[in-house]
Amino acid sequence: MRVHLSNHGQLRNFKSFVGSLDFSHPEKLEISTHDKWVTVHPANLVIAAALAIQVGKENTEIIGEVPDTGRYLDRMGLYELVRTPSPFIYHKKEEAGRFVPIKVIKTSEDQSRFITDVIPLLHLSEKNTIVVKYIIGELVRNVLEHSFAEDGAIVAAQYYKKTNRVSIGICDSGIGIWKSLNTYWHPKTDIDAIKLALTPGVTGTTRKEGGTAENAGAGLFFIKSIAKITRNYFVIYSGSAEYTLLKYDKRVKISPRLYADPDRDSHSETNTVPSFQGTLVAVDISLDETKELNELLASIGEVYDKAIRERKRARYKKPRFI
Amino acid sequence: MKKIIKLRKLAGDFAENKDIAKKLRIEKIMPALSKGDEVILDFDGVKGATQSFIHALISDPIRELRDVAFNNLAYKNSNAEIREIISIVYRYMQESLNATSED
Repeated sequence: MRVHLSNHGQLRNFKSFVGSLDFSHPEKLEISTHDKWVTVHPANLVIAAALAIQVGKENTEIIGEVPDTGRYLDRMGLYELVRTPSPFIYHKKEEAGRFVPIKVIKTSEDQSRFITDVIPLLHLSEKNTIVVKYIIGELVRNVLEHSFAEDGAIVAAQYYKKTNRVSIGICDSGIGIWKSLNTYWHPKTDIDAIKLALTPGVTGTTRKEGGTAENAGAGLFFIKSIAKITRNYFVIYSGSAEYTLLKYDKRVKISPRLYADPDRDSHSETNTVPSFQGTLVAVDISLDETKELNELLASIGEVYDKAIRERKRARYKKPRFI
Repeated sequence: MKKIIKLRKLAGDFAENKDIAKKLRIEKIMPALSKGDEVILDFDGVKGATQSFIHALISDPIRELRDVAFNNLAYKNSNAEIREIISIVYRYMQESLNATSED
């Protein structure tokens, strides 16, 4: 397998990153970088990490010339997962407080420890810490409950001071979204499965409205909506499909409108990228745009209710006009 | 009888662990409500919660016990975010209960 980390690793370019992945020869992994400059989003890192963990450290190497900016890969913990020794020497505390390096979360206790001990390392305000805890809490829980991934959830996050933005990537090498939803929803393709997973009230554990005692099918819809309201990218990649919620123009003063149907959101999608055995979810959150969480939740909740009401109405008996 | 459940001690200052929510629901909330007791969920010291946590905590009492849950389940010291999430769960559970009864 091969992963190339380029010099344009932002979420807006995620589709081209995914298109460049090579899953042939699954017994080994080669990671290469741009030779002059490397820019990676936590999403790119956690995919590389998930694959490295899958094939094992002894079968994973970083090949070719790694530029000086590649020290970021070391700081984020990628070199700990590969057999290639790090060429970088630096004071590890230099960047303390601005990122969450690659972490593996396998149990709900790991998750609680991560949320309590690690997220505060981003040194955000209390309001923003709650938003990040909310997003990571929901996404990691999805992995633990639905992915059946032996290696758990692989998580990384980065705070960018200049843009006052937090980027989060969460990846697993489990069964993928299509398989997770297939028992009750029978999606035809991977992209259909992703869109179902983004639809309010759709969970892999039942078709009943209101879900089960443990699942409502709200998590991904809520996270996508938080990204939309805060005018940012949101990405899901699973199987051969990739869905990117496009950034809502900051010059438009009106608050972005939320939709229950992910097809109505401004997005790009593909069902023909190299097939990834697992799921990746990534999101950017602009902290300048973050309203109070209760306001965000109120707007999201309204759309959620409306979606359930509309689905209910769709099942009403129709009059027989003859 | 009134049963007060202090969530900070059990779920931490950010309530996200659904296993804890499930345990509380099965071992404390449902038995108390089924006996006709009032249950007060006290969020003192809890700064936030995920929708999944709140769903795992209260959706089954609403689905199974309906008016008993509406009348005997109360929330104390919940901040604006937690109130909003609880309200969302109440709304969609009632919508879905109606949907089930109309099916």
